[in-house]
Amino acid sequence: MLPKVPRETLLDLCRRMFVIRHFEESLVPLHDKGIFSGHYHLYIGQEATGVSALSCLRQDDYLFSTHRNHGHLLARGAEPKKLCAEILGRSGGYNQGKGGSFHSVAPSLGFLHTSAVVAGIIPLATGTAYASKALKNDRITVCLFGDGALEEGAAPEAFNLASLWKLPVLFLCENNGKYGAGRATGAAKSSTMAAYPLTDLPSAYKIPAKQIDGIDSGVVHTTISEAMEKIRSGEGPQFIEAQTVRWPGNETNWPSVAQPTDSSLAWDVSAVPEKVREWYRSSDPLLIFARELVEAKHATRDEIAAMEKKVKAEVADAVEFAVASPYPKLEEATQGTFA
Amino acid sequence: MREIAYYEAKFEALNEIMAADPRVHLINGTFLSLSPRREVFQNLVKRYGDRIMSPPISELSFCGLAAGAAMAGLRPIVDLSTGSFIFEGWPQVANEAANAFYMSGGQTRVPVVYHLFHGLRGGGAAQHSASPQAMLWNNPGLEIVLPSSPKDVKGLLKSAVASDNPTIFVDHVRLLEVKGDIPENDAPIPFGVADVKRKGNDVTVISTSYMVQRCLQVGDKLAAEKIDIEVVDPRTLVPFDMATILASVEKTGRVVIVDETHQSCGVAAEIAARIAETGFDKLKAAIRRVSTLDVPVPYSPPLEEYIGPREDRIVEAVRSVLQR
Repeated sequence: MLPKVPRETLLDLCRRMFVIRHFEESLVPLHDKGIFSGHYHLYIGQEATGVSALSCLRQDDYLFSTHRNHGHLLARGAEPKKLCAEILGRSGGYNQGKGGSFHSVAPSLGFLHTSAVVAGIIPLATGTAYASKALKNDRITVCLFGDGALEEGAAPEAFNLASLWKLPVLFLCENNGKYGAGRATGAAKSSTMAAYPLTDLPSAYKIPAKQIDGIDSGVVHTTISEAMEKIRSGEGPQFIEAQTVRWPGNETNWPSVAQPTDSSLAWDVSAVPEKVREWYRSSDPLLIFARELVEAKHATRDEIAAMEKKVKAEVADAVEFAVASPYPKLEEATQGTFA
Repeated sequence: MREIAYYEAKFEALNEIMAADPRVHLINGTFLSLSPRREVFQNLVKRYGDRIMSPPISELSFCGLAAGAAMAGLRPIVDLSTGSFIFEGWPQVANEAANAFYMSGGQTRVPVVYHLFHGLRGGGAAQHSASPQAMLWNNPGLEIVLPSSPKDVKGLLKSAVASDNPTIFVDHVRLLEVKGDIPENDAPIPFGVADVKRKGNDVTVISTSYMVQRCLQVGDKLAAEKIDIEVVDPRTLVPFDMATILASVEKTGRVVIVDETHQSCGVAAEIAARIAETGFDKLKAAIRRVSTLDVPVPYSPPLEEYIGPREDRIVEAVRSVLQR
C-alpha cells in the first residue's frame, strides 16, 4: 500500500526510487568495462524501504550507512553526479575520491561516516545519539545496516549501551534475504543467526523491535514514522527489521543485470527472462509502487513513463560527468590524514 | 614553579579541561588504574558527574560511541584503563576513528582521546601489560602522545583534548607518584615538540614514557663515571619531532633508544630507522635498541623484570655505543 502522504510527496518518492534503480543499474556496465575497480554493492530491491523510511526524518537527523549506501544517499537527495564520481574514484566525488563505493559520505545530508565493516557503524551511531542527548538538540540517529551486521559483536554491545542509556537511535536492519535467498541455489547464505527471528537480538536488550515487509512502502512509512515519534519523545532506541526479497542480480558474486528496468514492466513482465521474471512480477518494490500510483489514480502510465525518462537522462548525465571527471592529483594521496 | 605529583598534575588538567569546555565527557574508568588516589577522581565526579559515564564492559561499543559522539560535536575522553584492553575496541579505534577524516575527504573530524596505561606494571602478566603504541603508530590517522613528567601530562592532556584528531594518550601507572616541577602559568604543550630532559655530550638516549624517568636515573649514575648522556623525550610519536633528535645526534654521534614496546617493529625500531635514513652521516657507532624482549609478558616478578628495558641493559647499551 502507498504511504498516507500527499500526492506530490508520493510522486517525489517514486522519482527517488527511479533515481536509485537507474543509478545502480548504470554502474554494472561501468564496472564490467573496467571504468571503476573494487567490489560494490547495489541497493536494487530495497528502494521502498530506504526512500519511504528516510522521508520520515528531519533535515538535521544523523544517518550512518554501510557498503550498500548508494540508495541511502540518493533517497536522502544526494547528487547522482557527485556520488557516481566518488564511486569512480574521481576528484568531483563526495569524498574527493578517497572513499569510493564503500565509504561515500554527505555531511550536509547527515551522513558523517560510512563504514564497510558490516557492524562498524552501530557503535558510532550510539555516539552521535549520545551527543544529541548531551547537547539536547533533539536530533535522532538512523543507523542503516544489513542482517549480516547482527552477526558481529559490535551489534549486541551497542544495543546494550543504547538501551541502558536510552539513546535516540533507530536501528533499521534491512534484511534483503527474505525466504533465505541464496541458500536454495547454493549461493552465499544470507543470515546465519541462532537468534532468530532477528528481532530476538534487540529484544534481549529490551529494545522494542518489529519485523515488517520492506517492499510495502506504506507499512515502512507508518512504522518508521511511529518509531521516530517514540524516539523523539525520549523513549530510547527502536529496532525495525525490514524484509525484502533479494534482487536476482545480487545473487552472484558480482552484480549483474539480467533485465534492465523499465516502468512498462509494472504492467507486463512477459518479456522478462523466465528465471528472473517472478522477482519483477511480485517482489520489485519500484514496480509495485508505480502500479499502486496508477491504480490510485495519482498518475497515469504515461506520466510514470515520462518521470522515468527524465530520471534516466539525469542518471546518464551523472555518469557522463563522473567519467569526464579527472582523478585526484597524486599528491592528494599523502594529504588529509589529519585535520 | 611548584612541585606536585604526576597524578595531581593529571587531575589538575582534567579539572581545568572540564571546567573550560562543556563538550568534554569522560567515558569509563578513573584515569588512575588501581592507584589508591581514588579521591581525586571522586572530586571530579562531584563536580562533573553528569559528564562522567560508566559504560558496561564493552570496549568495542564505547570506543565507537566516543568516536561517534566526537563526530557530532563532543570532545570525549575514553579511559581504556589497561592498555591491553584497546584490543577489545580495536576495530572502532583503528578501522573507524583513525580512517574517518581521510576516508571522508577531510569532511568528518573525530576529536576523541583514548587514554590507556601501557607497559610493565608489576604482575600484569601477558594480558594486562601491553604497549600497543607501536601497532597504533603503524595505523595512520592517530596522534600518539606519551607524557613522562607532571608538567608534560598536564600540558599534553590539554593539547590532546583540543586536537581535532583521534588521539591515543599513552600513560604509565609507574609515573603516577613521580614528582616534578610545573610552571605557574602552565600552558598546553604542543604536539611534535621533543623535550631534552637531560643535557649531555656523549650519547643521545631517546626514551619514552616511564623509560624517561629510568634513563634520567641511569644518567645520574653514569655521570659519576664521567659518561654524560643526553636524554631526549619525543613526547609525541605522531607527530614526531625529528629535528630535535637529529640536533642531538649531530652533537653526540651515538644513539641508544629505550622504550617498552616489544623489540620487533617497535617504537625503537622505527626511530632507529629514521635516524639511519636521515642522520647516518652523523653516527659514530651502530644504533642500539633497549626494548622489551619479543616474548609475551611473564607473570613471575623476576622474569617480568628480566624481559623489560632494565637499567643494566641500558647501561650496557650506552657503554657499547661508546666502545668502552
